[in-house]
Amino acid sequence: MANEPRIYSIKELNRYIRMKLEADPILGDVWIRGEISNFTHHSSGHMYFTLKDSDSRVKCIMFASHNQRLPFRPREGTKVIARGNVSVYERDGNYQFYVTAMQPDGIGSLYLAYEQLKGKLEAEGLFAASRKRPIPRFPRAIGVITSPTGAAVRDIMITLQRRFPAVPIYLYPVLVQGTQAAPSIVKAIEAINRFGAADVLIVGRGGGSLEELWAFNEEAVARSIAGSAIPVISAVGHETDFTIADFVADLRAATPTAAAELAVPHIQELKSQLAGHRQRMEQAVRYRVQARKDRLQRVKRSPFFMYPRKYMLDQAQRLDRLTEQLEERMRRATGKHGARLSKLQGALGVHDPRERAAYAAKRLQGAAKSLEGAMAVVINGKRLKLHGMIKQLDALSPLKVMARGYSLVYDESEGRLIKSIQEVQPGDVVKVKVADGQLDCHVWALKGEQKGGSK
Amino acid sequence: MEANSELSFEEAMERLEQIVSKLENGDVPLEAAIELFQEGMKLSQLCGGKLEQIERKIEVLIETEQGFETKPFAPANEDKGE
Repeated sequence: MANEPRIYSIKELNRYIRMKLEADPILGDVWIRGEISNFTHHSSGHMYFTLKDSDSRVKCIMFASHNQRLPFRPREGTKVIARGNVSVYERDGNYQFYVTAMQPDGIGSLYLAYEQLKGKLEAEGLFAASRKRPIPRFPRAIGVITSPTGAAVRDIMITLQRRFPAVPIYLYPVLVQGTQAAPSIVKAIEAINRFGAADVLIVGRGGGSLEELWAFNEEAVARSIAGSAIPVISAVGHETDFTIADFVADLRAATPTAAAELAVPHIQELKSQLAGHRQRMEQAVRYRVQARKDRLQRVKRSPFFMYPRKYMLDQAQRLDRLTEQLEERMRRATGKHGARLSKLQGALGVHDPRERAAYAAKRLQGAAKSLEGAMAVVINGKRLKLHGMIKQLDALSPLKVMARGYSLVYDESEGRLIKSIQEVQPGDVVKVKVADGQLDCHVWALKGEQKGGSK
Repeated sequence: MEANSELSFEEAMERLEQIVSKLENGDVPLEAAIELFQEGMKLSQLCGGKLEQIERKIEVLIETEQGFETKPFAPANEDKGE
């Protein structure tokens, strides 16, 4: 019993195989080429089919989540390139190819080229939002680069015509598919840039298969769009198709019609915009004028302008009243001052210098008179006294004495009266005055006396 | 801004928009406001006139040895291959 083999369940076996397969690096991401058969698009959305080639076949499943974005409708017999991984459906013990992406065969290389170019240009920054130039609001002229025949050019023209008929359109006819398409588009972009009239370009074509749209995935076209001085609106295919040109263009329109819509404003919108502007302007000005009219009206309605006479009369009345008041005040003021003046004049009169002078003169006169009187009295007195004195003097006069025989002896110079003998020496000359003259004498001798003096 | 005939539609529209907003919120004196208004009306007529020029000009641009040539576009109605 020791070496009894381990018996697996089928489920275990299938799971083991599945794990083995899923761990394999090659089987995890495989590209295969084959033709579709037994195709079923289940109501769940998943696709079941077999891929076969001349030698072999493999069961395939593509889940709804992957097949939703398939760029084509797989059909019985379609040759495709499918990418996916290999695994096991455990319940049935079948291995299957789980498809994640699929393209019709023949363009597989194109698809790869597309991815490569996209990656390269993106890395160069050609898709950067900062490179996008604005589309003019009101283009002066529109350059259209597309096929002159076909729905795209018709859609563009009709839409431009409908929206904004005033803008001239320059159509540069080009091939939009085939090997000559890319060079012809490049040439057109350059030519319209040189021509110069247009200020926006629409470059595009209607929808088609990846092969038909291929020119718009070519590097030369992408670079000439990037190099255009005129902003470019790309309009390639239908809404689901993104080309390299779409990434490079300044604006991507989903369809040619959309491109025309993006290129020009709608004339009706513009007209109503214009009308709106006009209305707003009128309103603004009317409002201003009205506001000023109202102001003027208010001012005019002021009583001053309404009843100017009344105001004048009021003022006149006021003037009169004021004049009266002024006069009254003046009168009162002058009256008061007049009284004061006469009082002052009275007071001043009291001190009139003329009166004082007259008074002083009177006093002077009186004083002079009494002075004179007094003087006369004094003079009379003195005169009487003088007469008395003169009499007395006359009585005492030495001349009278000398007349009676007395004489006077003076020294030689007649300066000194000699009253004693001691005042002279013998020999001195003396002068003896007598009543009728003088004797010049020499002293001969001196004779003293007990009593009295010499004569 | 008197050389109105030389203004492009876009320039005229922009100037007109400026005038409208100035009139609506600026403290423009009345005389200036009326001048602006007159200019605005001229611009709006100019723009309106440009919008009325319906003569659609669709021309095909052809480059020759001598340079560019244009000729009227006559749509060919063969609906093939979009």
